[in-house]
Amino acid sequence: MKNTLKQVFHSGKFIFGFVIFVFILLMCIFYPIFVAKDPLKMIGSGNFFPPGTYVSQQEVVDSNSIYKLNIDTSASRFQMALSVENRAAMQEWLIKYGGIAEEDIDVTDAEGLAKLWISNYSAEKNGKMTSAKRKAYKRLDEAVQKAMKDSPLYLAEEGEDGSLQQIKKIGGSDFVNTKTLGSTETFLLGTDNFGRDVLTELVAATKTSLRIGLIAGLIATAIGLLLGLLAGYMGGTPDNLIMFVTNLFTVIPSFIILILISYSVGDAARGAMTVAVIIGITAWPWTCRSVRSQVISLRNRDHVNLSKLSGHSMMRIIFSDILPYIMSYVVMAMILQISSGILAEAQLSIIGLGPSTSTTATLGLMMNWAMTYSAHLNGSWWAFFPVVLVIALISFSLNLMNTGLDQVFNPTLRD
Amino acid sequence: MKGMKKYYGQKILWYLLTLVCAVILNFALPRMMPGNPVSAIAARSLGGNESATTIQKVYDDYAEKFGVNKPMWEQFLIWAKNALRGDFGVSFSQYPRPVSDIIASAVWWTVALQLPAILIGWILGNLLGAVAAYLRGVFDKAILPLFLFISNIPAFGMAVVLLWVFGIQLKIAPTSGGYGFDMIPNMSWTFVKSVIAHYQLPFWSIVLITIGGQAIGMRSMSIYELNADYVKYSRFLGIRDSKIVGYVFHNAMLPQITGLALSLGTMIGGALVAEIIFSYPGLGTTILAATTGQDYPLLSACTLIITIMVLIANLVVELLYGVIDPRVKAAQQD
Repeated sequence: MKNTLKQVFHSGKFIFGFVIFVFILLMCIFYPIFVAKDPLKMIGSGNFFPPGTYVSQQEVVDSNSIYKLNIDTSASRFQMALSVENRAAMQEWLIKYGGIAEEDIDVTDAEGLAKLWISNYSAEKNGKMTSAKRKAYKRLDEAVQKAMKDSPLYLAEEGEDGSLQQIKKIGGSDFVNTKTLGSTETFLLGTDNFGRDVLTELVAATKTSLRIGLIAGLIATAIGLLLGLLAGYMGGTPDNLIMFVTNLFTVIPSFIILILISYSVGDAARGAMTVAVIIGITAWPWTCRSVRSQVISLRNRDHVNLSKLSGHSMMRIIFSDILPYIMSYVVMAMILQISSGILAEAQLSIIGLGPSTSTTATLGLMMNWAMTYSAHLNGSWWAFFPVVLVIALISFSLNLMNTGLDQVFNPTLRD
Repeated sequence: MKGMKKYYGQKILWYLLTLVCAVILNFALPRMMPGNPVSAIAARSLGGNESATTIQKVYDDYAEKFGVNKPMWEQFLIWAKNALRGDFGVSFSQYPRPVSDIIASAVWWTVALQLPAILIGWILGNLLGAVAAYLRGVFDKAILPLFLFISNIPAFGMAVVLLWVFGIQLKIAPTSGGYGFDMIPNMSWTFVKSVIAHYQLPFWSIVLITIGGQAIGMRSMSIYELNADYVKYSRFLGIRDSKIVGYVFHNAMLPQITGLALSLGTMIGGALVAEIIFSYPGLGTTILAATTGQDYPLLSACTLIITIMVLIANLVVELLYGVIDPRVKAAQQD
């Protein structure tokens, strides 16, 4: 046993897969300890806030400790003042009426574009255009002019007589230290369609999905192993019967059976663990098939025959003379079952047959929510890309471990 | 010849038996769902404010129409008889559209997308595996591992990543549907062009994830065969290398064909979900519509059609295998 483990940990592929997997596992264990947030709490009201740190606007304005920094803020001021649409409109005007060649305009350089605009724009140059458009250009010009001037912002309060009283002046070089602000919130991966922190949710979802995969893998391997052993060792009628069912479910796609069973269970009863059990009881056929063929090749070995002659019971022969020989194979099969179980849950959830719970998140459900709220169409990559990456990494690491084990136990495959 | 007939006869008989089991499962499982979709439709068509007797009357009317007031076995016989004629009843969610109509418009999109995609992915994967085993070098050290990683991305993940990169960021491919949303299917050149443009992303997302899995299998089979005794023997005899390579890959291909048959079901499952990402007008999107609309006639018809397609594909693979593999041929001749 010790020797086997030593051998296994000499395989580069296994170690690489193992490290990725353990990293994901540790993340699931330790992240909730440090970030004790409810993963499904709806923090943001509104969907798909981009990743970043959010600070309370009121606190920034109210903050009394103001630091003057000699930093030129004009570049970022232009960045903020000129939206993508505004830049496109400026470019259009400059080409059409300003007589500037297209290659001289760089819309990514906000400051240069604004300077170009100031030096070229005048309302007289406007050719034939609708008055709405003329007004739009005028507004645009005003916005650019305002951004060019480094004018301070004034904070005013309404007095008793209804007149505005200046209470604060905020200059261009006034800075606030974010540490002095009480309310800041960092969303490393933004928020999802319900306004929940994607990172926290992702960690919780990974944990649930791994659990689903593990349960599904355990059930599928247990059923597959048991039936495979029976069919392979006993032969005859039990073998024919088991192989008939196995072949049946190899030909009928297991995903279809999965859809049908999940549908028939109904929404109310479909929790995360029910889904895991359903995946488990539909995924066993190929394990059964390969265990059976392994057992058949072992069945007539001398040591098994010797056991038979010694009058050992069938149970004892299976457990002490056959099982140890196929154990490595069973472990590999289970690793693959876990990975395909996680995938099956994700696929089921996307077609709306996943766990129907509002208390837990799974990787598939996160994907389903992101798709339902068209995150992929409105460019909110943070809502779906991390999910895809985690699924791919889990499945990649498990498959690498499997390949590594395969090379250790099947010397012919070694390079 | 007689052995051949027996072989094929047994195969076809076995597939027919599987079909019967599949039909029973497809009928029975969705109908075991708790809750009553017929009453939901009846309630929807009434709109409240009706007396209990009216509701009951409307319900009975619908129950009669959908045939849910008869015992289960009788429903099954009627359903099976109608299904044989291609009639799967009326859809609940898109009432009064017949299910066969919905299926007929969806099934060809799925077939035209998945069949070429899986086949081409399989061929490219085998080529890559063979090249990696024979030439080694960069194919074995870089390209194969890359595709292996890609093959671990689920089909829907690949779909959403491709969609985001090529559809949203680069804007060089349409993002959803099977053809432009402003078009009516006809045989004009613009329509065909639109269909081809919409075909690219779903097609490549299936092809890309298929390659790795097939390549790794082909690689290990090829390495196994390259080290076989007959290769050494052929080299001693002085047979040209290209000819030996031909033998090796012919032999290594054989398990790959069975492998294709075995993994077909999994691949189709993944590809169906990828369709949903692109709102491709195929069976995957129809299944989503059926599950959200609690529409079991539509759902069981979809799953049945997919099962039948997989059964046919498996049968074709097995029959082909009998032709290609000399060992099966020899067994038939006895």
